[in-house]
Amino acid sequence: MAYLTGDRTRLPSDDEVRRADPLGDDVQLLLYVLYETHYRGFASVDEDLEWDPALLAVRSAAEQHFLTAVRAETSGDADVAKAVGALLTEPVGDDGTSVSHHLMREARLGQLREYAALRSLYHLKEADPHVWVVPRLRGRAKAAMVAIEYDEFGAGRAEDVHAQLFADLLADLGLDTSYGAYVDVAPAEVLATVNLMSLFGLHRSLRGALVGHFAAVEITSSPGSRRLAQALRRAGAGPAAQRFYDEHVEADAVHEQVVRHEVIGGLLEDEPWLAADVVLGIEATGLLEDRLAAHLLAAWRDGRSALRELPGAPASSPPTTDS
Amino acid sequence: MDPEGPVLIEGPVTMRTPDGRSVTSERFVVAVCTCRRSRTYPWCDTSHRRREKAAAPSDDARPEPPCRPGPPGDHNESEESAP
Repeated sequence: MAYLTGDRTRLPSDDEVRRADPLGDDVQLLLYVLYETHYRGFASVDEDLEWDPALLAVRSAAEQHFLTAVRAETSGDADVAKAVGALLTEPVGDDGTSVSHHLMREARLGQLREYAALRSLYHLKEADPHVWVVPRLRGRAKAAMVAIEYDEFGAGRAEDVHAQLFADLLADLGLDTSYGAYVDVAPAEVLATVNLMSLFGLHRSLRGALVGHFAAVEITSSPGSRRLAQALRRAGAGPAAQRFYDEHVEADAVHEQVVRHEVIGGLLEDEPWLAADVVLGIEATGLLEDRLAAHLLAAWRDGRSALRELPGAPASSPPTTDS
Repeated sequence: MDPEGPVLIEGPVTMRTPDGRSVTSERFVVAVCTCRRSRTYPWCDTSHRRREKAAAPSDDARPEPPCRPGPPGDHNESEESAP
């Protein structure tokens, strides 16, 4: 950040980046901050630094490190039907690794507020990096991708933009609705889920993985959203909080069909050699979601907060709008 | 079309449910439930999906209630219990 605000300090060397944990705090925060310059930036940061060669070089080293770690934990398969099929099977009951099952069962407002605060990093950018793939698609895949994105962005109505529905949910839970409010309390596991879609979205060479990421999110969203809507109802959250997930149950049941048949189908008809990248996108999404789920559940089962502890302030609950 | 899944119809779609309600979805494509297990009937909520027993249920795990095929419109909040 010191470099970005003009108090130029030395940037980390490639070696230093490679020695850091690719899924740990330093690499993930570095990527998060550098990617942010491509979204809405920072109030105090020169907008031209988005394309600063020195920053792009550091970002590239961190991206290679991150991607190598993710690839190492995925299958390398090119069987898209198998990867999609695995997502289409709903486990009956709770195997103890699902956050939405946990939240539905416990329905504790404190945990739901933490979950919403941490997910705000993702949902306030919801569907944004997926727009970057549009010029890289054609025909069927492009038309279908844009149709889904149109729905994500409220079908012409600002109040229905999904990121706005999530801001309404945050307000209902007494949380800060401003963009980026909870970056400081987000652990690396949360940052990684957002960085993954930024990485795939910003690189044309990873367009297959971006489509795989989108498919994985849309396919797994409906059942999870139903449980979260129910958890919020039980915990006594307001109507806006429930509406976000209710909308996703119905919307993503449609998006899932369109993304599978038209977006993936269309892309692979055009560029069949991207099948392994689509699988990479699907598996990487699952991998990082599983890591995040393990972090959240471990913290909550120990009676701890899942938020990062800020220096001097125990992170017992997400900061609220009036704190 | 997925034999187990919904019928996809170009939206907007207005449907009259068997219990006489008129419901409209404005979406560009509407997924209409055919398996009758949806809790948001007549719209698909992915309840048609194949379900597999969770691999290693934890002690405190509670199985989800089965989806009962029954009269449509009867499924809303079927898992809901009083707070």
